[in-house]
Amino acid sequence: MTQLWNFGGGVHPPENKSQSNNRPIRPADLPAKLILPLQQHIGEPARCIVAPGQKVLKGEVIAQVDNGMGVPVHAPTSGIIERISLEPVPHPSGMSDTCVVLIPDGEERWCALVPQPEYRKLGRDQVLVLIRQAGIVGLGGAGFPTNIKLRPSVDRKVDTLILNGAECEPYITADDMTMREKAAQVMAGLRVMAWLLRPARVVIGIEENKPEAIAALRQAAEGSKTEIAVIPTIYPSGGEKQLIQILTGQEVPSGGIPADIGVMCQNIGTAVAVADAILQGKPLISRVITATGEALAEPGNFEVLVGTPTSHLLTCAGVDKQRMSRLVLGGPMMGYTVQDLNIPLVKASNCILAPTEQELPTPPPAQACIRCGMCAEACPMELLPQQLFWHAKATEFEKAEHLNLFDCIECGVCSYVCPSSIPLVQYYRFAKGEIRLQRAEQQKSDRARVRFEARQQRLDREQQEKDQRRKDRALAAAKAQEQKTAEAQTMVQNGTVSDERAGKSALVAQALARKKAKTTAASADTAPAETFAPENTGKTPAAETAPNIEELEQQLTQAQAKLEKMQSMLEDAHSGQAPNVDKLERAVDKNIERVRCSQQAIDDLQKQAVPANRNAEPALSRSND
Amino acid sequence: MWTSIIIAVAVLLGLAAVFGALLGFAAERFKVEGNPLVDQIDALLPQTQCGQCGFPGCRPYAEAINNGEAINKCPPGGEATINALADLLDVEPQPLDAEHGAAQAKRVAVIREDECIGCTKCIQACPVDAILGAAKHMHTVIESECTGCDLCLEPCPVDCIDMIVIEPDIRSWTWATPVELDKAPNEVPSFTDARVIVTDSQAEAREASLL
Repeated sequence: MTQLWNFGGGVHPPENKSQSNNRPIRPADLPAKLILPLQQHIGEPARCIVAPGQKVLKGEVIAQVDNGMGVPVHAPTSGIIERISLEPVPHPSGMSDTCVVLIPDGEERWCALVPQPEYRKLGRDQVLVLIRQAGIVGLGGAGFPTNIKLRPSVDRKVDTLILNGAECEPYITADDMTMREKAAQVMAGLRVMAWLLRPARVVIGIEENKPEAIAALRQAAEGSKTEIAVIPTIYPSGGEKQLIQILTGQEVPSGGIPADIGVMCQNIGTAVAVADAILQGKPLISRVITATGEALAEPGNFEVLVGTPTSHLLTCAGVDKQRMSRLVLGGPMMGYTVQDLNIPLVKASNCILAPTEQELPTPPPAQACIRCGMCAEACPMELLPQQLFWHAKATEFEKAEHLNLFDCIECGVCSYVCPSSIPLVQYYRFAKGEIRLQRAEQQKSDRARVRFEARQQRLDREQQEKDQRRKDRALAAAKAQEQKTAEAQTMVQNGTVSDERAGKSALVAQALARKKAKTTAASADTAPAETFAPENTGKTPAAETAPNIEELEQQLTQAQAKLEKMQSMLEDAHSGQAPNVDKLERAVDKNIERVRCSQQAIDDLQKQAVPANRNAEPALSRSND
Repeated sequence: MWTSIIIAVAVLLGLAAVFGALLGFAAERFKVEGNPLVDQIDALLPQTQCGQCGFPGCRPYAEAINNGEAINKCPPGGEATINALADLLDVEPQPLDAEHGAAQAKRVAVIREDECIGCTKCIQACPVDAILGAAKHMHTVIESECTGCDLCLEPCPVDCIDMIVIEPDIRSWTWATPVELDKAPNEVPSFTDARVIVTDSQAEAREASLL
C-alpha cells in the first residue's frame, strides 16, 4: 500500500461523472471541415508549410516549428487544404488566431508511418525527437511540449515519475475512460517515459471514485514495479502540485517546478499519445474528449480529431440547443464559457460542457465580502484568497504578488465556497494578467532606456569627435600661421620683406634674396669695413644689430638715389615720347617699393631688436657668400 | 576618587574611539555611489523619451523630479506612473497635468513606405534609434523598439508617418477586471468563474457543507 499524504484545503463538489462514463469511447464522425490552429502548445507558433488547394494525407505535417519551443501540427485526416486564415480559437478572449482549414475527403488515407517498437535500441535523444515530431504536448490542458519536459536534465534527476489519473474536476471522465479502455497503451507510454527518465519510482495516482479504471490499470501493471496509488476523492487532488504532495509528501517550492524536487507529472492522455507515437508511429491527431451536460441526449466520451468544430461534437452527442444555456470549454471549476460554437477542439481540450440553465445557472451578482475566511480554509495552495482579493480589487498588484499570487493554480475552490459569490479567481486572473503586462512594459521601457542611453552616448561621442577635429584644424592653422610668421621674420632679418608681405611666394622671396645679395656685394665694395664674416659669432647681439641697420640704411640711400635717377629718366622719356616709358614706369614703381621696403625693414629691425637678430645672422652670412 | 573618574573617562573615551572607528569604516565600506533616487525615479518613468514633460528625455525629468519638479507631467506613463512616483517619493498623487498632453493608448509609428522620400529626418529625431533607413532610401520603423513618442511626426516633410494604436491580440490579451464586468451586468460574462454546479441536490449539499 502506497503511503499517502494530505494537502491543506480542497472541496468536494458534486462529481457529476456518471452522465458521461457509462458509455464506451465512441469515435466522433468525420466533420465537414477541420480547423487547425498553428499554436496548440506553449512556445512559438508553428509555421505553416502547406498551401491552399494542396492535398494532404492523414498524419502529414502541415505546420512545423523551426527553432525554439514548439511541436509540429499534423493533418488529422486526408483531404484538401481550403485556406489559411484567422479563425476563432478556443481561448477565453474569444479572439482569432491563424488556422489551417482542412476539408476532409473521407478517404482517411494515412501517410507512411514508422513504428519503433524497438525504441530501446535507439538513443534517448532520438526517441525525444520522435515524440516532438509526433506533435505531442501535455494533454492535461497547458499544452507544454512533452519532449522538452521529458528531456533528462543533468542537474535535476527525476526520482519519481507520476502519472496523473486523478481527474478530480467534476463532469470530466476522459482520463477515466481512457484508463479503462486503453490501459495497455497507458502502460506502454508510461514505460517509454520511464525508460527516458530512469526514475526510481513510478506511480499512477487515481482517485478512488474510479474503481473500473483502477482495476484495469492494476491488471495492466501486473508484474511491473509501477505502483497504482488510490487516492481519496477531493478537489483539486489532480492538480500537479497537490498530487505530488499526496503521493510524495513534498511540496513544490514557490515559483519552482516539480523537477526541482525530483518529481515529474504526466497526464494519462499524454502517455497514450507517446505510446501511439513510438510504437505505432502515429502523430497526435486525435484525443479523447468528454462531451457532457444535461443539454446533451447522449453524453459520453469521444475519440475526436484535433480541429473538429465544437458544434460537430455537440451534434454527435445529440445536443438540444434550446436547452443549452451556454457552452463551457473544460470543466465547471476551471473551464471558461465560449460564445462561438464553431471554435475547434484542440490538443489541450479535454471536455465540453453543455449545461442547461438550471444545471449551471448564471452566477448571482457578487456581494460584499463578509470575511468569513472559508476561502482561506479551502485554498489548496494555502494562500490568503481574501487578501489577494482586496489587493487585486484595489489594483495593488505588488502587495498581491507579495502574498504569492503567482502560486495560485486558479482551481476555483475559493469562488466555489464563497458565500458572497465573489468571482475570486477572476480577480486573480486579472491581477496576474496585469502584472505580466506591467512586467512586459517594464522590460520594454528598460530596453528603450538602454537604446536611448546608447544613442545619447553615440551623439556625445560624435560631438566630441567633431570638436576634436575642429580643434585639430584650428591648431594646424595656427601652426601654419606661426611658421609663416617665422619665415617672414627671417625675411625681415634679411631686410628684404616685411611682415605684411609674409604671404608672398617663395619665388619672390628668392628673387629678393638674390637682389639683396647683389646689393650687399655692392655695398661691400663701397664700404668693406662695414661687412662682417660668418665667423663673427663672438659678437654680442647688439653689436650685430648696429652694422645691420647701417647696412640697411645704406641700401635705403642707394635705392633712393636710384629712384631719383629713374624718375628723372622717366620725365625725360615722357617729354621725349620715348617707347620705353612703360618699362621705366615699372622700374620706378619697383624702386618706390624697394625704398619703402627698406624703410620698413629698418623700422622693424629696430623694433624687434635682439632675438630676431639671431635668426637673421645665418641668412645674412649666406647672402654675404 | 580621582582614579574612578579617570577610569570612567578613559572607558568612555575608549568606547568613543571604537565606535568612531566603526562608523568611519562603515561610511567608507558601504558608501553609496551616485544618487540612487534619480535611478529609482527613472526606472518608474515609461522611457518613451518623448519630451512631453518639457525635459529632453526621461532621465532629465527624473533628475528634475528629484529636484522638486511636479510628478504629473508624464502623459505616456499616465496615472500608473504618477501613483508609482507618489508612492516612491511619499507625496500625494496628483491628476495628470493636461498642459503636457493627455494619456493615450499605446501607439506605434508606422511609415507609409511608398510615400517616404528618404530624407533621414525622422531617423535623427528618433530617441531610441528605432527607425531604419539611409539617405534617399525608404525608411521603416522597428515596431518592437518604437516607444510611440511622436517625435518623428513633426520633422517628416511629407507627413508619411502614422501613429497606430496597438490592438491587443490573442497573445497579449489578459483577463478583464471583474469590477468592470459588474458595472455592465447586462453583458454575458465570458467566464464561468467557477461558481458552479448548483442543481437542486447539489445546492443542498452545498448548504450542508456550509453548516
